[in-house]
This record gives sequence, structure tokens and C-alpha cells, in this order.
Amino acid sequence: MGAYLFRRLVTLPLMLLGISAVSFALLNLAPGDPAEMVLRQRNPAETPSPAAVAAMRAELGLDAPLPMQYARWMFRALAGDMGRSYVTEQPVAAQLARRTVPTVLLTATALGLALLVAVPMGILSAQRRGSAVDAIARLAALVGAAAPSYALAFGLIILFAVRLSWLPALGYGSAVQVVLPAIAVSLAPMAQLMRLIRASMLETLGQDYIRTARAKGLSDKTVVIGHTLRNALLPVIGATGVNLGYLLSGAVIVETIFSWPGLGQLIVGAALTRDYPVVQGFVTYIAVVVLLANLAADIALRIADPRLRFGQGAM
Amino acid sequence: MTGDTEKAMERLPRTFIHGGSRRRWLWAGLLREPGTALGLLLVVSLLLAGLVAPWLPLDDPTQISLSHRLHPPSVEHPLGTDHLGRDTFSRIVHGTRMTLLAAAATLVLSMTIALAVGIVSGYNGGWTDTALMGVVDLLLAFPSLILALAVAGALGPGLFNVLLAAGAVWWVGHARIIRGITLGARNMEYVTAARAIGASNRRIFLRHITPNILGPIIVIASLDVGWIILGIAGLSFLGLGAQPPTPEWGAMLNDARPFLQTAPRLLLLPGAAIFIAVLGFNLLGDGLRDLLAPVPVAQGAD
Repeated sequence: MGAYLFRRLVTLPLMLLGISAVSFALLNLAPGDPAEMVLRQRNPAETPSPAAVAAMRAELGLDAPLPMQYARWMFRALAGDMGRSYVTEQPVAAQLARRTVPTVLLTATALGLALLVAVPMGILSAQRRGSAVDAIARLAALVGAAAPSYALAFGLIILFAVRLSWLPALGYGSAVQVVLPAIAVSLAPMAQLMRLIRASMLETLGQDYIRTARAKGLSDKTVVIGHTLRNALLPVIGATGVNLGYLLSGAVIVETIFSWPGLGQLIVGAALTRDYPVVQGFVTYIAVVVLLANLAADIALRIADPRLRFGQGAM
Repeated sequence: MTGDTEKAMERLPRTFIHGGSRRRWLWAGLLREPGTALGLLLVVSLLLAGLVAPWLPLDDPTQISLSHRLHPPSVEHPLGTDHLGRDTFSRIVHGTRMTLLAAAATLVLSMTIALAVGIVSGYNGGWTDTALMGVVDLLLAFPSLILALAVAGALGPGLFNVLLAAGAVWWVGHARIIRGITLGARNMEYVTAARAIGASNRRIFLRHITPNILGPIIVIASLDVGWIILGIAGLSFLGLGAQPPTPEWGAMLNDARPFLQTAPRLLLLPGAAIFIAVLGFNLLGDGLRDLLAPVPVAQGAD
């Protein structure tokens, strides 16, 4: 465990460096001169003069050679300064920080919802394989994986906000307003988790130690809850990064529909207006979060599963 | 999924029993499962619709007719008309063509990169492998839709740019799986034997490795189409992909946003079209996986 942890922590800065390089390269491959674009944003009426463009290039630091620009951007990012938005001229880091809370609220609610449905459904469907419950669960997983969150969001608004008037369609601030967007975001990870839990329950139920537990005469409940579930939930921890990706991707799209003031709205607006510093800052931020979440999940997995520590983990 | 894999294992020996009629075995296998048969039906219908759309007796999908704005469904317009008087049915059918072309292009692009990286990595091993998989690990930290969004934003709006963006990010996970399959195939005894009798790298690759990785690649590709359709329509919905008046499902949804209350049909129909297309490809992909994929791919691709 110690050696493993050490290796992971040593490679972490390397990975962070790589992430920053990818984010930086991404937007420097883009066509067009950002300096000219900033000037056009600020004054759409006139074509900026070459002198003004040159001055803006100097102001944004774009006149330096690329490696120099990268080093400057990276060291500033390390100090928490991710530059300023071309459009609003607000500091990017502050914008990201302010937008994080609503997105965390939304994705956490969606994750809770997904787990609330997926765990019992996955267990039941594996335990009664081939039954009606299993058929319904598998159908639900199919539908959930195929339904586009954006169309689902509109369906929810039309049904629950327009027709039935049960829930508010838009806005942010009260608990009821999170319900519809959270359902829309939760569907894809819910379907994925249900399939994952069903599969890993089935695999675990076929293990020797489960047969032993049954042979000892333990009740079905004890076998499922005590012996199977604990092992079957391990892959869920392992899929943390994937699910975080699902949740964040869902949030990005769904936030724009519900006017949810989170990171998704910010990034979509920035991508549409080619506000490079914001897009760059956001992509870096998300990648670092996913990287750290994966690391945490790996460590949690090793704590929860002694086989990894003493078996293959010793390698 | 393990259950599905078990079923696949039960069926595997048939491949060898009916060695000569493998194709017939595959079709029979696909049609036996109701879900897979439905998927096949949906995919074939979509392909057909997309293929013949320009020659069908439909209204021009971009023909604006302000005197026919927001008409409800009728004999003349089976799904009604949109806010510019365009025939919704025609736009959805032409959208099939757009969607399938876009998904095919993205699939080809991302698969080409994934195959190149995965095979080079798995076949060569050593530092090439270490370096390429390092890059893959790094890129896996970026959720693909978000990376595609950033690339599409950098390139500027447009369906072609979205294709490039999606293709450029979608390969990452597959490269890892293809590397694993190649590595497994390379270490097979018959490959060692071929090498021992002096077969060239090229010959080993074409005669012994390619046939073994073809099945899993078909499975990965077929399971991927659904995701690609969802992603591209999503980016178009956000305004980054196809631009109006292009009849594309995601763009149609975006276009219809202001009519949420007055004509919800304009939002629900393209949404349903995306859902049906993704469902069809997912069902077919699941069926193909059960029939063709060895266990590790089935786990990796899901």
C-alpha cells in the first residue's frame, strides 16, 4: 500500500503537467488571432487596426514564443490565476469558483438519485435473474442509456412544469428547483450503474465463498447483504471517474436548459463566444478534478478490498 | 452483463461446429434475441431512410413557407410544420441522413486513431507502449464530451468541426482496449509458431493478428455509434454543430426551444428520433457483443 501510494503520488505532478499541456495546446491549435477576436468582441462595429491588434497581443502576452506563453500560463495557474475572460474581463478562477457550488449541488443530487434507484434495482435484478423485475430493470437501463438528457429535460418540463404545474421549470435557489434538472442528469449514470451492479452481483453470486455461505445455512438476506453486496459494490467505486464524466457531461447540457447558474452554462457560453481563457481554465479544472477523484477511488478501493493490497497489489 | 457474457460463452462453440456457415450462424443468432432483432430492424430502417431520403417524395426540408407556420399534423404534413412552415417529417427523415453520415465519419476517424495507437502500442510493446499509454491515461482524465466541446469551441461552430472534435477525442478509451486485444493475440502460440518459421511482421499481422481483433473491433464500433449520435446531437443542440437551416436532430431541438409551450411536438419529435436511433444501435451492439466478443472485450467496452 505504501509503495503503491508513493508511486501514485510521484506520478501525480507529471499527470498534472500533462493535463496543463493538453489544455494549453488545445486552444493554441485553434485558428484565428485571439487578440483580434478580443477587439472585435469589445467593438463589433469596426475592423481593428493592425496597431491595436499588436498592442492587444502584447497586453495578452501573445507576442512571446509559445513555450514561454505556456510556462507563464502554467505558473500563474499554479498560483490560482487562470487569466481573465476575453468577454467579461472577469478573472477566470473566480468565475469557476463561483459556478462550482450550483454544479456540485446538481450533480450530487443526480448521483444520489442514480444510486437510490440503481443499487436496489441492480441487486433485485441480479438476485431474481430472468424474472419480471429483471426484465423491467434491464429495459429501464436500455431506455436510460439511449435517452438524450437534453430531450428528456424538455419532456420533463413539458409534463411536470407546463401541463401539471407541479414543479418549477427554471431557476435556481430553492430545493424544488433542483428536482427536474437532477432527474435529467441522473438518467445516464443511473442506467450505467444499474448494469454495472447487476453484472457484478451476478459475478459475485457465482463465487465459491457465496456457495460456502449458503452451505453454512445462512439466510438469503445475510448472504446477499453481508457477503455479496460488499464485494459487488467494489466496481462501482472503480467506475468513479467514468461516472463523474457522465454527471459532468450531463450537467453541462442540462444546465443550459434549466438556466442553472453552474459551470455548464459558463463553459457553453464561453465555447460559443470562443472565450479561450474560460474554456482553457474549465477544461483544466475538470481534468484535475477527475484525476484526483480517480486517485481517491483507487485508494478507497485498496482500503475496501484487501485482495488488492495483498494479492496483485503487492507487485 | 456477466449473464450476457455467459450466454455468449454458451453459444461460442457453435462457431466451430458450423465452421462453414458462420455467416448464417451470425444472422440466426442476431434474429433469435427479440431485442437484437428489434435493434437490427431499427438500424436497417434508419440506414434505408438515410440512404433514400433525397429521392423520397418529401417536401424540401429547408423550404420556408411563412403561411404554413406551426401547423398541427395533417394529411399533407404528417408531423406538422415548424415555426418557419417547414415540414417536420421531411426534416426528421433528412436528419437521419445527417446523423448517420456524421456518426459514420466520426466513427471512422476515431477508430482509425484508436487502431493505429492501440495496435502500435500492443504489437511493439516497450517504450512505445509506455509512452502511448501514458498519453491515453492523461487524456482519459478529460470527459470526452467536455473535451469535444472545448475542441469544437476552439475550431468554431459547424457540423464538420464537431465531427473533427468528436473524432479527435472519442478514440482514447478504445485505444486501450485494442492494445489489450493486440497484446493478447500477439502472445498466442500460433503467432510464436509463425514467427519461428520465419514469417514477416507484415504477414503475421495480416494473417494472424487482424482476424483475431476484427470481431472485438466490430463490437466496439457498434456499441459506439449510439454514444456518438448522442454526443454529436448534443453539441449541435448547444449550437456548436450543425447550423440552421440544416435538418439535424440536435439543431432542430435547439431551434424549437422558444416553442416549448406552444408546440412541444417540435421538441419531442427530434428527441424521439435521437432516442430511437441510439436505442437501435445499442440493441444491435449488445447483441453483437453477446455473439462475437470474448469476455475481456465485453467488460472493457461497456
